[in-house]
Amino acid sequence: MMEQYSEKVMDHFRNPRNVGEIENTDGVGKVGNPVCGDIMELQIKVKDGVIVDARFKTFGCGAAIATSSMVTELIRNKTIDEASKISNRAVAEALGGLPPIKMHCSVLAEEALTKAIEDYHKKRDGSL
Amino acid sequence: MTRLPVNANGLLDPSDAKRAITDRTILISIMHGNNEIGTMQPIAEIGAIARERGITFHTDAVQTFGRVPLTVNGLNVDLLSASAHKIYGPKGVGFLYIRKGTRIQPFMHGGDQEGGRRASTHNVPGIVGMGKAVELAMRDVDAEAVRLTAMRDRMIQGILGNIEHSQLNGHPSLRLPNNINVSIKYVEGESLLLSLDMEGVACSTGSACTSSSLEASHVLMAIGLPHETAHGSLRFTLGRQTREEDIEYVIGILPGIARRLRAMSPLYKNKNQATA
Repeated sequence: MMEQYSEKVMDHFRNPRNVGEIENTDGVGKVGNPVCGDIMELQIKVKDGVIVDARFKTFGCGAAIATSSMVTELIRNKTIDEASKISNRAVAEALGGLPPIKMHCSVLAEEALTKAIEDYHKKRDGSL
Repeated sequence: MTRLPVNANGLLDPSDAKRAITDRTILISIMHGNNEIGTMQPIAEIGAIARERGITFHTDAVQTFGRVPLTVNGLNVDLLSASAHKIYGPKGVGFLYIRKGTRIQPFMHGGDQEGGRRASTHNVPGIVGMGKAVELAMRDVDAEAVRLTAMRDRMIQGILGNIEHSQLNGHPSLRLPNNINVSIKYVEGESLLLSLDMEGVACSTGSACTSSSLEASHVLMAIGLPHETAHGSLRFTLGRQTREEDIEYVIGILPGIARRLRAMSPLYKNKNQATA
């Protein structure tokens, strides 16, 4: 599998960006399950409609860790609107592509992002 | 066809085999040593049961032939299959031992080669290569089994002793001399595999993430492992070139790899919260 991963994927696997959690997070997206072997947890911090911090924790393969890492990089300093338009393809492309069998990892990253944004909206509307 | 269950160590109970026999049973086939978890089945006992009932008994000894001392009479088998490439011979060639008086139905028809048992021209280079591989394997089989078993047990003890929440899969002693299968809980196998590969260690995993079907190993499922534990499994295979320092090297680097990946794992976090 290693030879099928791009340099970028291996870089993000070796040195994942933004691992961890955020205190008083504004939105959490948790997706995946142990059966399929990937669990992603994405947390965002939002200020004036802009994602100022994004962190992740992931149980999964190299591609799952790399896509989690990449999605946090892609959404930082983006508005919620801009971030919500980021697709799984964009994540995969930013990593220099994924092996076909690993494309579902990028789908998982997109789902985690969508859920985190939904959670953000829910929390904000709830506190209004 | 009846499939027999195994226990948590992957071991078959001969009395289950006995109970499963019916008037229509014509063949019992049991794998001698499992390629994934290393468990070795009580072939001789099952063979005795088969013989008593007059049922032909086959074992797949691909993992054990040339690795552990064995004889067809000691195992009570009528049929035994083995493969050359598992004992450093050429790929694409193997053999089937057939006890005198055991009749088989050929599955390749046409020519009358091999006494009509298998049509098609002989693969002479393969046969010669396998013959040499068997000769070399048999010369050292006793000493090599002892040497590998000692390294296997050192590696198991070194991994389980240095990494908390790790476990051995397969039987602790009724086990292939060259097989180590452990689960490092809360982390996924392919990420372990990649990390080890970067450090120059080749191994494999039962995790779905490395299979084209995206399903976890059916062997690990059959011994009742939860999905997340199956996903975190690693299999190390020792061989002729493996030295003690290689074992110590893996024991040395694996805890750091587990720590790094667990720091990223949401499952590990939950586990700490649960026990806190």
